[in-house]
Amino acid sequence: MYSVKEPDAGTPARTSSEQVTLEIDGRSVTVPAGTSVMRAAADAGVRVPKLCATESLEAFGSCRLCLVQIDGRRGYPASCTTIVEPGMKVRTQSDPLARLRRGVMEMYISDHPLDCLTCPTNGNCELQEMAGVVGLREVRYGFDGANHFKQAEKDTSNPYFDFDPAKCIACARCVRACEEVQGTFALTLQGRGFESKIASGNTDFKSSECVSCGACVQACPTATLVEKSIVERGQPDHSVVTTCAYCGVGCSFRAEVKGSEVVRMVPNRDGHANHGHSCVKGRFAWGYATHKDRITRPMIRGSIREPWREVSWDEAIAHAASEFKRIQAKYGRGAVGGITSSRCTNEETYLVQKLVRAAFGNNNVDTCARVCHSPTGYGLKTTLGESAGTQDFDSVEHADVIVVIGANPTDAHPVFASQMKRRLRAGAKLIVIDPRGIDLVRSAHIEAAHHLQLRPGTNVAVINAIAHVVVTEGLHNEAFVRARCEQPAFDNWKAFITSPHNSPEATAELTGVPAESIRAAARLYATGGDAAIYYGLGVTEHSQGSTMVMGIANLAMVTGNIGRPGVGVNPLRGQNNVQGSCDMGSFPHELPGYRHVGDPAVRALFAAAWGVDIDSEPGLRIPNMFDAAIDGSFKGLYVQGEDIAQSDPNTQHVTAALESLECLVVQDLFINETAKFAHVFLPGSSFLEKDGTFTNAERRISRVRKVSPPLAGKADWETTLALAEALGYPMHYDHPSQIMDEIARLTPTFTGVSYDKLDRLGSIQWPCNDRAPAGTPVMHIDEFVRGKGKFVITEYVATQEKVTRRFPLILTTGRILSQYNVGAQTRRTANNVWHEEDRLEIHPHDAEQRGIKDGDWCKIASRAGETVLRCTISERMQPGVVYTTFHFPGSGANVITTENSDWATNCPEYKVTAVQVSPTSEPASTWQRRFGEFSEQQDALLPPREPAPR
Amino acid sequence: MDAHKLVKMANDIATFFESDPDPAAVTDGIAGHLRRFWDPRMRRALVRHIDEHGGEGCKPTVLAAVAGHRAALVPPAN
Repeated sequence: MYSVKEPDAGTPARTSSEQVTLEIDGRSVTVPAGTSVMRAAADAGVRVPKLCATESLEAFGSCRLCLVQIDGRRGYPASCTTIVEPGMKVRTQSDPLARLRRGVMEMYISDHPLDCLTCPTNGNCELQEMAGVVGLREVRYGFDGANHFKQAEKDTSNPYFDFDPAKCIACARCVRACEEVQGTFALTLQGRGFESKIASGNTDFKSSECVSCGACVQACPTATLVEKSIVERGQPDHSVVTTCAYCGVGCSFRAEVKGSEVVRMVPNRDGHANHGHSCVKGRFAWGYATHKDRITRPMIRGSIREPWREVSWDEAIAHAASEFKRIQAKYGRGAVGGITSSRCTNEETYLVQKLVRAAFGNNNVDTCARVCHSPTGYGLKTTLGESAGTQDFDSVEHADVIVVIGANPTDAHPVFASQMKRRLRAGAKLIVIDPRGIDLVRSAHIEAAHHLQLRPGTNVAVINAIAHVVVTEGLHNEAFVRARCEQPAFDNWKAFITSPHNSPEATAELTGVPAESIRAAARLYATGGDAAIYYGLGVTEHSQGSTMVMGIANLAMVTGNIGRPGVGVNPLRGQNNVQGSCDMGSFPHELPGYRHVGDPAVRALFAAAWGVDIDSEPGLRIPNMFDAAIDGSFKGLYVQGEDIAQSDPNTQHVTAALESLECLVVQDLFINETAKFAHVFLPGSSFLEKDGTFTNAERRISRVRKVSPPLAGKADWETTLALAEALGYPMHYDHPSQIMDEIARLTPTFTGVSYDKLDRLGSIQWPCNDRAPAGTPVMHIDEFVRGKGKFVITEYVATQEKVTRRFPLILTTGRILSQYNVGAQTRRTANNVWHEEDRLEIHPHDAEQRGIKDGDWCKIASRAGETVLRCTISERMQPGVVYTTFHFPGSGANVITTENSDWATNCPEYKVTAVQVSPTSEPASTWQRRFGEFSEQQDALLPPREPAPR
Repeated sequence: MDAHKLVKMANDIATFFESDPDPAAVTDGIAGHLRRFWDPRMRRALVRHIDEHGGEGCKPTVLAAVAGHRAALVPPAN
């Protein structure tokens, strides 16, 4: 339930071309056909009492409070389940209705504790409010209801919320929220009448199927399900609408605040990306922002073996600037660079790349998208003309066929996964292309029509085989191709794709996918109606990542599945601002808006605005920076909000590179793994401590709003300004809105974006300009951004990371629902109760061959290195493939991964590493022991700290 | 820069463009990609390796691309 009250019309809005006019309490109201009488009444300004109804859920009709009288009808129908009809005359207030409602309330209250004054939702309880609304003055049945509050035991097992069945009124809003909104079906309503009880299976909440999305807590009208933070701190006094700092869904939240202290995050019903839903991370895992590990004072040191020295902001900034200047004077202009963060705002990433280009005078800027979705940028720009997904999230509601490739939305993009699952439960067909049996393949009321369980590294062969079937069986959309695509390129591609070597029969042995499965999936995709492709890092993080993205675009174009709702090519971006950091010119070859630095007209535009010459040559990408550091030509690096020492592949190579630097400046919330190699530490600010914008996976720009002052005194954008000024390039902004104004002036796809408009519209999907003043939910409608779509030949090339007798298994990596990437945020929350260590998942067959039992320590060795993890035996893996997550630095997942990378972008091939797994009695590898010792040494070099203020 | 790594990267780029049926497009594609995405020090190191080691390890299409677009690939040093 929301503390800061929002209007609740009781049942969901309906859309219909047919409008219905009726009369409620003498007021005429016109609503779309299919609307409930309750919602129509709300539209007419009439509040009908209710308990089991809320507008995020379909009507249930159980509480009997919302009864009304309708002329010409007998009895007292429930207004939530009664649909409007033309000319209907409704009365919501009368003596009989008042008597009925009071009677209902008497029953509820007779079995509900009356501890309102000490109840955590006192003053914010719908039951309490309804008792007042219906005028309850007596309870003839006494207050000793034995069914709930006297026999019930509170369940406090979940780290974020309590379940107190004593306060339950069995309205089933929680059960329905779990089913309808989240799609997990973890809760049930057992028994009937007074015996009705909510149950999380036969176990407590923590051990149940519950994914802690918070939908049930939000739906609860009483204090039955209530956040522990509210129990501990009381009700908030105001709220601030902002955007989540976790995944690429970019959920809108109301940060509910008491003073300047966040007491709860609730998903914003008006949020265009999430429509009032959330996941465990955004909803609950925000405690890291005030964790005791936060570093709130700038620090410097001469070498990484020396103790850190706390200094003033001025001294730290001056020291960093003088070091960068010294390095450039000694080694050349190109010896320094910067890395922007997908966890920082658009305005902050824009400033960092501007600092690199204008103050450093080179293009050595890159971003963490390098290691995730850089192939998306290359592949979609080449084929369609724009480095971004084609649809909005709501488009999935129009899809008849949904293809999920190399993505695990229920874990990595949970709120969008819930929307997708709703569509699947409503009848859309699902094709999953993934080496693992991800949850979507078979979950509550969902079963994939086809699961193409391919071998890791064979994506391109599979997508080619699908396209081969489509074209050779004549299932392609010839008219679309002729009208919308380059004909010569299509002709070349058609000759390639119809070649027998691309047939499913020819590739089956290689991919491990039976030819008939490929043929059936291809036919479904091409003929099943509107078909949409969603993909993730299982597509991009391969040596052929860019090729695969282009293969996906080819398939969408050849079937005409582009340019309208329900179709498209949709990259599911990993982090909250991956799209935005790329948009803002974070790549070393592109200025903001994906314009190449080699274009003289583009350079002239920025040179005029920034008052400096822009280097016409591309700079170093992150892996090239590491190589150049080891080579000796790259000596200084400014890293804002990224942990390359943990997240990038071949850890030992990365750390050798970092140790080669003469000046590493890290700006972050915590001493992350990279900061252990730093010479200057600049304290970062969390998303709650600054203004700005994030851009999510659907190109949606949303406001980040400051909720509390920066703990260290500066927001990240202010720190970059200070560094630029010390470098001799002052930039003048008083507020991030002015940075966005500059972005809009210089970037054609952002021309119409401003904070004023964002405040007015809530969010905007770029392109936003004169042609699309309110933004662009679906791209490429009449023509592709590049004009004609371009088919690209996508020959399959096997990865050079081969399995051998020495390394017979393939390791693939991914993330889990409760943890987030390098874990810097989630590891500092109670989310650890669900995932306290990274484990190796291994198929029973492979485990048995090696004498490994569930929970055993096992050594994982690759050509790059070795690490030791506990094993989990799982049939989600196919034989020959093992899997791990990478959320804990000590796990050393990236000690094993290699430097193989995408041919076009150098995006690492995290998804294919040849390994051997063997049982071991040693719980740590040599690297892990060294890592532990180094971490202890680095901890000892930190000054003693007081806990960060809450 | 590690020449072996650069050679491998250039060969990977070449492998992609080699699927184009037009031989001129293959070398233009390789050279264009190196020009658009590689820092000049990487291009210089690759060309130096080719010059000093007779193109050791490089695919013929890489050598052809570098030979045909040398001036564009090797800008003057800063």
